[in-house]
Amino acid sequence: MSETTVGATSLSGFWRSFRRSRMGLVGLFMLVTVILMAVFAPYIAPYDPKEVIRVTIDDIYAPPSAAHWLGTDDAGRDVLSNFIYGSRVSLIVGFFASFISIFIGSVVGIVAGFYGGRAENVLMRFTDIMLVIPDLPLAVVIVALTKPSLWNIIFVIGALGWTGSARLVRSQTLAVKQRKFVLRARSIGAGNAHIIRYHIFPMVLPLIVVNTVLVISLAILNESTLSFLGLSDPTALSWGQMLNFAFTRGAMSARAWWALVMPGLGIVWAVLACTLLGQGLEQVLNPRLETHYLAVGAQMVARPGMEAQV
Amino acid sequence: MRQSRYLLKKIGWALLTVLIVILLNFFLFRILPGDPARAGIRDPRLTQDAVAAIRERFGLDKPVINCFESLNPVEFGSCGVNPLDTQLFIYVGNLLSGELGISYHTNRPVIDMLKEQLWNTVLLIGAGQILAIFLGMGLGVLAAWRARTTIDFSALLASLTFWSLPTFWLGIILLFWGSSQFGLPTGGKLTPAGNFANIWEEWADVGWHLLLPTLTYTIVFLGEYMLIMRSTLLDVLSEDYILTAKAKGLRTAQILKDHALQNAMLPMVTIIALNLGFTVAGAIQIETVFSWPGLGGAIFEAVERKDYPMLQGAFLLIAVSVIFANLVADLLYSYLDPRVQAG
Amino acid sequence: MRSLRQAPVLLEVRNLNTDFLTPGEAPAHALADINFTLREGEVLGIVGESGCGKTTLMLSLMRLLPANGRITSGKVNFMNTDLLSLSEREMGDVRWKNVAMIFQGAMNALNPVHTVGRQIAEAIIQHNYITDQKLVTDRVVELLELVGIGAERKDQYPHQYSGGMRQRAMIAMALACNPQVVIADEPTTALDVMIQAQILELLAKLRDKLGLSILFVTHDLGVVAEMCDTVLVMYGGVTAEYADVDTIFNTPQHPYTQELLRAFPDLTRPTEKLVSIPGYPPRLNALPPGCRFAPRCPHVFERCHGERPSLHPLNGRHFASCHLVESESTISPETSKFPGKSGEK
Repeated sequence: MSETTVGATSLSGFWRSFRRSRMGLVGLFMLVTVILMAVFAPYIAPYDPKEVIRVTIDDIYAPPSAAHWLGTDDAGRDVLSNFIYGSRVSLIVGFFASFISIFIGSVVGIVAGFYGGRAENVLMRFTDIMLVIPDLPLAVVIVALTKPSLWNIIFVIGALGWTGSARLVRSQTLAVKQRKFVLRARSIGAGNAHIIRYHIFPMVLPLIVVNTVLVISLAILNESTLSFLGLSDPTALSWGQMLNFAFTRGAMSARAWWALVMPGLGIVWAVLACTLLGQGLEQVLNPRLETHYLAVGAQMVARPGMEAQV
Repeated sequence: MRQSRYLLKKIGWALLTVLIVILLNFFLFRILPGDPARAGIRDPRLTQDAVAAIRERFGLDKPVINCFESLNPVEFGSCGVNPLDTQLFIYVGNLLSGELGISYHTNRPVIDMLKEQLWNTVLLIGAGQILAIFLGMGLGVLAAWRARTTIDFSALLASLTFWSLPTFWLGIILLFWGSSQFGLPTGGKLTPAGNFANIWEEWADVGWHLLLPTLTYTIVFLGEYMLIMRSTLLDVLSEDYILTAKAKGLRTAQILKDHALQNAMLPMVTIIALNLGFTVAGAIQIETVFSWPGLGGAIFEAVERKDYPMLQGAFLLIAVSVIFANLVADLLYSYLDPRVQAG
Repeated sequence: MRSLRQAPVLLEVRNLNTDFLTPGEAPAHALADINFTLREGEVLGIVGESGCGKTTLMLSLMRLLPANGRITSGKVNFMNTDLLSLSEREMGDVRWKNVAMIFQGAMNALNPVHTVGRQIAEAIIQHNYITDQKLVTDRVVELLELVGIGAERKDQYPHQYSGGMRQRAMIAMALACNPQVVIADEPTTALDVMIQAQILELLAKLRDKLGLSILFVTHDLGVVAEMCDTVLVMYGGVTAEYADVDTIFNTPQHPYTQELLRAFPDLTRPTEKLVSIPGYPPRLNALPPGCRFAPRCPHVFERCHGERPSLHPLNGRHFASCHLVESESTISPETSKFPGKSGEK
């Protein structure tokens, strides 16, 4: 079992390695922009979504104009403002749900990998069963039969999304457990808790970090799907929820592309940000030479009177 | 022989999981709030007697399992209820004879409805998966071979973007664009009230309706397959035996075909099998957007209408197909990789 | 001692230079002006520390460098054809058929999902050495038996072979098309001593029976003493010393060779302290301007730090690159009389 190596041992070394990955930088930039947008929403959004407004038929699904840069939605509200505030819900649910998943997954993974034996067997069998049960239908069923609320969604997504992390963390724990410094620590009498905290955990942490980014992207996607299917709190206007309203309230027939395209773009932006960031982080923590024996490369300098050889 | 022991172990495990899923399935719908009988009846004017009659009809008056209500160990073995007369037992018994109950909503046998819907879903994902697999793998091979070149970066970026698209949103966008620009249908499997001269015309109509959903499905999975193939092939192409092959004088295309791909397909095959299992469920999004009458859409509708037998049946079917697909993936892998057979 | 002087020259390497490029860093000069000759039936040992460029040299000869490797200058003459001037396709024809390589028989040098027999047959079929299917199978069996592997094992997979068997299978595969030159890259390094002895014995037997010329890469001087006719001692990518085996062991001239011999434990004097050469091999992209061994050389003097010594001929077939051995008339490598073409032993 191969172990992921830590590519940089210090923060500045880490940054230097990370800087080389263009994808990672783009991802980071994208993530920072969307987080900033969410944080500063009240200052950026032109209208307050909570404000009660009176609308006429002309205000519904109005195309983009000077007053409403992205047009209005099915209730006459400014799409741009909804979009900006929507980032808050989507991101919050995404982050919280993924933290739950990561927490459960890491605990399960480390315990299973470190203690082995019966504990590992039971935990991994349980993980296998959870893996097999399809996430989305189960989530649909649970959320639909219980009260639609944000916390429900967070909990459900979190409780169903930990299996991948658990497997990864367990693998890594197993690999680290074999390494010499763990044996040395034991031989000088270090207890299990100490070994886990000071030896295993730091070696597993980089992997967890990379995995977290991926889990966040999945959580955001899941939240948007559940919201779109109408299973979320309708008063919490996430991007998925905006799409639900648009789709079920005639945006298609009204040809209101602005109500359909924008929220989706928000989701894509956030998810792509996490994905790219994840790629960048992976480059640092698990550097792959990305070259192989069949790679095309000129092996010789051209000689006079001969074309460059490959 | 070692291989049959491995097979038996895997099959046994799959069966056990199915059993657990059945139990889970059963209890899930009994534990969740909402009296199933009341849920199946929307008319508030029904009298107590009528409700009781309905309960009896659906077998909901029987105890759930033997002495479920009282788990007192003293009483447990002697609560005077015939264990074979409990809901659980009846349920399992019915299952074994292929009886999945009657839908609360349509009053048709669940199994008939499921059969139709399963076929529709398979039709939908079948086409999309095949396209996604071939295109995705092909792109992945290209990207890995030309690693770190412009081709690679563009393919990588495209795949990451495709992977980041929410399936339902892609469907919406394509639906919007397709219906307004090309007059493609806005949903459903067949044109309503369409008169078809023969079976071919009917199939053509289905195909017409299948176009956009399949396109959506393909794009979403293309990214995933490409990324996995690229990653796997990059690993494989860095192995020593590739250098040996090159040293033997084999040409690049030959090495890719004979040595690299077979090794790269090992994890690919597993992932494809797993995906096929899962996507019976994952089609929920596409089926909802395109109003496609498949299994995923069925679950969604059943949830809305609190049609418990339908929900139970659909859920069970999906879980079983996933388990089955997992089993197939395991067996396929052990067949392809000679190292596994020896234990 | 077999007489090699009259045997025809098979391989002639002149001024071979190879770099490794890393984006954002200076190129690493992995090989600098390597020169040697290989005659028919000769076993040339290539020795040096890990990282001195032995494997890079072998890969350069077969043009199997990784994508960031560049052969920047030199000639590799194989029977009057400069291998470096061939197209990739032509080189593919030369590989294995004329020059074959025995890799370290680690688990992954053979494809785990193909049978061993199939992989050997692949080499035969690729070069059209034999075209009749039945004869191909016969040849595979013949090769396996030549290295002491039973015929029934041809349908087994590499993971079913032991480490020593895998190495023998690699040898069998290398001989598939009866190559003139065989490169053995540390063929015994990963194996235990008993198996090591077996493999060496096998190689010696094959050399005598088939008249092979072997380029034997190793860091084990004992093996060199046993198997080799000539020795090329490498350090930091350059040739430190190049001579026949007796000369190297009895009258080494280069300080590195001398240190290397001293470091090698002598069983006849078991109570001697173990000696090592202090310091580390040079970083190939940050090389000192003068002699690459200067930082660690016990006989270093001022000239060594500034000027790189060229490969200096000493009585015919003995060459060393060290300022200490240079006579008044310094002859540069290009005009020096090349080993084998003149001089008595």
